[in-house]
Amino acid sequence: MRYGREAEVLKDISFELPRGSFHFLTGPSGSGKSTLLKLIYLSEQASRGRIEIFGQDLALLKRAGRPLMRRRIGVVFQEFRLLEHLTVFDNAALAPRIAGRKPAAYRSDVADLLAWVGLGDRMHAMPTALSGGEKQRLAIARAVINRPDILLADEPTGNVDEAMALRILRLFTELNRVGATVLIASHDTDLVLRSGMPVLNLDAGRLAQIPVFNPELSP
Amino acid sequence: MSLAFDANRWWPSPLLPKGDGRDWALLFVVAALSFLAGLAAVGALAGERAAAGWRSELVGSATIVVRAKGTDSADEEAARAAEVVAGVKGVAEARALDAAKADALIAPWIGAGALPPDLPTPRLVAVDLDRKAPASGADLTRALSAAGIDADVDDHSRWSKQIMRAGASIEAAGAGLFVLILAVLGAVVAFATRQGLVARRDVVEALHLAGATDGFIARLFQARFARSAAQAGLAGALLAVLAAVLLKAMSAGDEQLTALLPIAWRDLAAPAPFPILAALVAAVTARITAIAALAERP
Repeated sequence: MRYGREAEVLKDISFELPRGSFHFLTGPSGSGKSTLLKLIYLSEQASRGRIEIFGQDLALLKRAGRPLMRRRIGVVFQEFRLLEHLTVFDNAALAPRIAGRKPAAYRSDVADLLAWVGLGDRMHAMPTALSGGEKQRLAIARAVINRPDILLADEPTGNVDEAMALRILRLFTELNRVGATVLIASHDTDLVLRSGMPVLNLDAGRLAQIPVFNPELSP
Repeated sequence: MSLAFDANRWWPSPLLPKGDGRDWALLFVVAALSFLAGLAAVGALAGERAAAGWRSELVGSATIVVRAKGTDSADEEAARAAEVVAGVKGVAEARALDAAKADALIAPWIGAGALPPDLPTPRLVAVDLDRKAPASGADLTRALSAAGIDADVDDHSRWSKQIMRAGASIEAAGAGLFVLILAVLGAVVAFATRQGLVARRDVVEALHLAGATDGFIARLFQARFARSAAQAGLAGALLAVLAAVLLKAMSAGDEQLTALLPIAWRDLAAPAPFPILAALVAAVTARITAIAALAERP
């Protein structure tokens, strides 16, 4: 994968995430973690190579099929990407709304999830009034509200305290337990260690699979 | 004190942020276009009515110029001509104008009383034709020739054709202006849609990544611009009606202005369809523009 005429960001990468697996994606800044996630959530197109999601070759996927595939992928962005003109509740309710569900069918799910991530008393607030940690929790709630088949998260615990980080990890584990494939890009070595989950380590655009994480080997 | 949030009463908010400065500029342009379109429509209707009135006057009448051989017999010859043509089918009334009236008609060109009294001047016969089945100029000429009267018939057809052409030109100009205004409206909305997609790139991207189709996103812009165009179009149309009422009031005491622009009360309804038309044009343009712009994204 390369942008324009620049050097390749990702090269010679080949891996498979089995359905229902849970992986961490580690690597130093600029190693290509975010680019790899973008390729999976269809925000970028690979300049060469082949990516297959849900058994579908993305190069052969028609434009009309992309939204349906995106609806099966929940993404927690590092920079949150919340809609600042919408309330916390409206932001969290975005995915079911776009999927065409009637408000009455998902209102209570949204309220329960927001309460679960600790935003029960902030549902009517605007994102500009939230702290960094609250924005992160809202971004997570928005990503998981539709119980996606794949959950991608870019530094999802970067702005929360340890207790909330563990709580978020438990949420991801719970989603994984009910079938979601989870891939989390993280610098949080403590969290990766505690999870005991396998790691994909990216370094200078190349990938290594580490069954058991060893912080000594991680940059 | 803060009100508790009741999730059961929650209803989705608009996905696009409410209007900003760019929207106000767009509203102003659409209102101005609507105002111009409304005035053009009222003007075209009034102009067409004026042309129709003039055409009706001309088609419904004819003038006969009787060339008298001597001043003594001129009035008699004109009276005879009037009598002859009055009997022609398709003529409602014919009356000979006396010497004083004939002189009055040419007075603007040569001055009053400028002609010597013994100079034989042509006499005129004014003919009112049957509006439903008017006699032709040829019918009148034939009748006058048969009676041995030396006269020329002017059935105003030359002027009538010119006025019909003028009327058609007014209609074509009005229609052309209307189409031009709609095209400008479409161009403005297309520009505003592209600007909106750029300015709200974060929203568009968030919606895309959450699984929104191009059609879903395009519908947001389509609805936004259709509503704005309808509101601004209504404001412009109301201003056009107000301006037309003022013009009508101003022309009430001025015969020349009334003859040139005879605005009728029913003409004031002419701007009414524009807000709906503006909304339709804005919706279609915004949708086409948004779909084309979104197709450039991955």
